[in-house]
Amino acid sequence: MLRRLQTQTTEMVLLAVIVAICLVLSLASDRFFTLVNLFDLANASAVNIIFAVGLLVVLIAGGIDISFAVAASVAQYLTALALARIGGGGWVSGLIIAGSIGILLGAFNAFLIHRFRIISIVVTIATFNIYFGLLMFFTRGVSIYDLPDWWTGKIILFERQMADGSWAELRLPVLVMALCVFATWALIRHTTTGRQLYAFGDNPEGARRFGISVAAMQFIAFGWLGLMAGIGGLVQAHYAQEVVPNALYGRELDVLAAVVLGGARLGGGRGSVLGCVLGVLLVAIVQNGLNLLGASPYAFRMIIGVIILVAITLSNAQIGKLFATRSEGRAAP
Amino acid sequence: MATAQPGAAPAPRPLLSLSDVSVTFGGVKALKGVSFEVMPGEVHCLAGENGSGKSTLIKVITGVYRPDGEARISFDGEVYDHMTPVAAQAAGIRVIWQDLALFPEMSVAENIAFQEVVGGRPRRVDHGAMRETARKVLARLGTSLDLDLPLRDYSIARRQIVAIARALVGEAKIIFMDEPTASLTQAETNHLLDIVRTLSREGIAVVFVSHRLAEVIEISDRMTVLRDGRLVGVYPAKEMTPSRITELMTGRTFDANVRARSHGAAPAVLAVEGLTRPGEFEDVSLVVRRGETLGITGLLGAGRTELALTLFGMRRPHAGTIRLDGKPVRFRSNRDAIRAGIAYLSEDRLSLGLIQPQSIADNLVIASLGKVMTGGLISRRRKEGLVARWVGELGIKIGRQEDAVSTLSGGNQQRVAIAKWLATDPRLLILDAPTVGVDVGARAGIFDIVARLAAEGLAIILISDELPEVYYNADRVLHMARGRIVGEYDPRSVTLPELEAAVYA
Repeated sequence: MLRRLQTQTTEMVLLAVIVAICLVLSLASDRFFTLVNLFDLANASAVNIIFAVGLLVVLIAGGIDISFAVAASVAQYLTALALARIGGGGWVSGLIIAGSIGILLGAFNAFLIHRFRIISIVVTIATFNIYFGLLMFFTRGVSIYDLPDWWTGKIILFERQMADGSWAELRLPVLVMALCVFATWALIRHTTTGRQLYAFGDNPEGARRFGISVAAMQFIAFGWLGLMAGIGGLVQAHYAQEVVPNALYGRELDVLAAVVLGGARLGGGRGSVLGCVLGVLLVAIVQNGLNLLGASPYAFRMIIGVIILVAITLSNAQIGKLFATRSEGRAAP
Repeated sequence: MATAQPGAAPAPRPLLSLSDVSVTFGGVKALKGVSFEVMPGEVHCLAGENGSGKSTLIKVITGVYRPDGEARISFDGEVYDHMTPVAAQAAGIRVIWQDLALFPEMSVAENIAFQEVVGGRPRRVDHGAMRETARKVLARLGTSLDLDLPLRDYSIARRQIVAIARALVGEAKIIFMDEPTASLTQAETNHLLDIVRTLSREGIAVVFVSHRLAEVIEISDRMTVLRDGRLVGVYPAKEMTPSRITELMTGRTFDANVRARSHGAAPAVLAVEGLTRPGEFEDVSLVVRRGETLGITGLLGAGRTELALTLFGMRRPHAGTIRLDGKPVRFRSNRDAIRAGIAYLSEDRLSLGLIQPQSIADNLVIASLGKVMTGGLISRRRKEGLVARWVGELGIKIGRQEDAVSTLSGGNQQRVAIAKWLATDPRLLILDAPTVGVDVGARAGIFDIVARLAAEGLAIILISDELPEVYYNADRVLHMARGRIVGEYDPRSVTLPELEAAVYA
C-alpha cells in the first residue's frame, strides 16, 4: 500500500493540499462549500480540464504546445462558419467538424516538428502566432453571437433546488469533460500506443530501438491535443454562448501551469490523468476561493505563481525521497 | 538442460557463425573479411579497441547494418545473407547496449516486458501479463525487484539486471553485452558475472564486450580479438593474460613495470590531517610530495571522490586541516583551490569534465582564461598559441582546434581534459578515474603523460578502482574503505594479487 502511495506521491500530495484548502475555504466563507458553488466550479473548469488532458499527452511524449488554445479558437470560429453554411447541424456534426479542425492544426505542429527537426516549443510559439494572426486578420476581431440553438442551449445533466430557491446545476461541459478524461486515461494507461508514448517521452533513443515510429508518436500526441482543443473550443463556445476570437488567448499558460502542477514533467515520460485533473482543480479552487473572499484578481495570479514555484521546488523526486527514507527507517529496527 | 560444454563435447555445431563479413561506410571499410563463431552456451569475449569494429560486428549480427555482398551469416541452423532487426529478435538474438536503452520513468515490469507493447496494431495492454512475464524472468535470474516501482528508484546495478531480464524475455539464444560492468562496483560486477554463468548453464550464449581485461579472462571461454576492422584471432581465454590481450588488441607491447620510486626527501606539496566530513570520510591524513604520484583506491562508495572534491574546495570539511606547501588553506570554493594550484580531473568526463559540443580550443582554455586575455577580451592569437602548445606536449590527435570535443576518441578527450588543467599551472593534480571509457592503448599513453608530469615535479593524486592502474603507476597506494584510510602499500614490496586480496577482502 505504501509502495502504491509512493509511486503516486504527487497525486496524493495534491489531493491533500486540495482538501486542506477546501477546509480552510469552508470555514472562511459560507458560500464555498455549497452545491451551487461546487457545481459552478465543475462547469467552469470543464474546458480547462479538456485542454489539460490533451496537453498532458504531448508533455508525456516529451513535447510542449503553446498553440493549442488559439487553435481551439480557430476551430471554434471555423466550426461556427461551417455550421452556418450547412444550415445548423447538431452536436455530432459540430464535434466532428471542430475535432477534425483541431486534429489538422495539431498535425501541422507535428509535421513541422518531425519534418524539420525543430523543437516543439519553437514550432508551437510560431504556430501560436500564425494561428492567432490569421484568425484576427480574417475575422477582424468580430465575434459571432448568432450560433445555432442546439449549440448555445443550456443542457442540464443534474439539478437540485436549494433551500434559498437558487438552482444547483451540473451542465453538459462536465459530461464532455468526463468523456475526454476517460478517453485520455484509457489511451495512455491501457493501450499499447499510450505506453509507447510514455516510453518515447522517457527515452526516445530506447523507444526507437524497439522499432517505435517517432513520426507516429509525434502525430498521435499532437493530434490528440488537437482533438481535445477542437472539442474544448466547441464546449467553451457552448458555455459562453458566443464565439469571441480572442476569448481563449492566454489560456495556454494557465493550462500548462496546471498540468505541470499535476506532476507532468517537462521533458517527457511522467504525468498522470489524475494529477492533471487535480492540478486544474487546485488552481480553480484557489481562484474561486479568492473570489469569494473578495481578493483582487492580481492576488490570484501572484498566489498561483507561488504555488507553482513551491510545487516544482518540492519536486516529486524529493517528496518521494522523504517517503522512502521514512519507510526504510521504519523497517530498519 | 543438456548443453554442449565448450571444449569438452566433440565439436558441437556453432550457434552463430559469420564468415567473410565486410562493411563499408562511404568508402571506409569498418570491417574487412571478419569471421566470428559462437558455440551454444558459450561465454565469448569480443575484444578490441574503440574503432576496431566490435560494435559494427554486433550491428551486422542484429541487422542494423547490412554487410557487403559476399558475407554469410548462419544462426541456429538458418542461413541468412543479411539480418534484419525483426528477424534477429525473432531468432533469439538480444543486445544489451551500453546505455541500456531503458525507460527510467516506467515501472520495472514495463521495462522488462516492453516487447509486449510494441509491434502490431494498437491494442489493450495486459498489465497483469506484463508483471507475470517480468516476475518469471527475474526469478530465472534469482532476483526479485518491486515490479511497480519506477526504474529511476533503482541503482545502475539493478538497472543492469533489468536490462538483462528484458533480454531474456521470449526465447533468447544469444545475448550481447556491451560494457556491462563499466559503471558497477566490484561486488555488483561479481553478481553480474554470476548471472552470466547462470545464463551459460541454461544454454544461452553470452558475448561479452568489456574493457576490464581481468574479468574478461575470468568469465570467458574463448575470445575473438579485432584490430582495425580485421580479425586478429580466436583464443581460449584460459591461456590469456591482460598484457597479452593488450598486445593483440593494439599490436604493440607495453611493459607493465611498477613505476614506484621513493620521494621521502622531497618537500610535501599537500599535507592533510584528520580531514572529516561525517557520512563521507573520517579522519583522513595523507601527504603528497613534490614529484610523487599517490594512488588512492577502494570500492565505489568508499569516499574517494568525496575526499577529492573536498581537497578541490567543492565541499567543506567539518574537521581537519589541509596544508599546501606547508601553509594551512581554507577554500571557499573551487575557484580558490584552482588559484592555489590544485587541479581536479573529474571522474565523469562526459558530463562534467568537458563541454562536449564546444570546440577543443574552448575546452582547453576554459580553466585558464586569465592567460589568454588581453585588455579584458580573449586574444585569439594567445589562445591558439596556448592550445597548440598543449596539444603538442600531450600528443593530442586533433583535426582543427575549432572541432567539437565530441569528435575526438575517448583517449584524446581525456588528454584534452588533462591539458585543460595543466594549462592552469597546477602544483597538485588530482586524477579521478582517468581511464574510464579510454582504450587500453590510449591508457598507456595517459600514464606516460602522468609519469612525465611527475618527473617534472608535479604532485599527483591518482584515484581509481582499477587496482592494476594504481599498482603500476603510483609511488604509494592508499586503500580507502567506508570513508577511512585502512592501509598503505608500496608497490615495490607487495604483489598485485596481494593488493587485490587486501582491497576485495
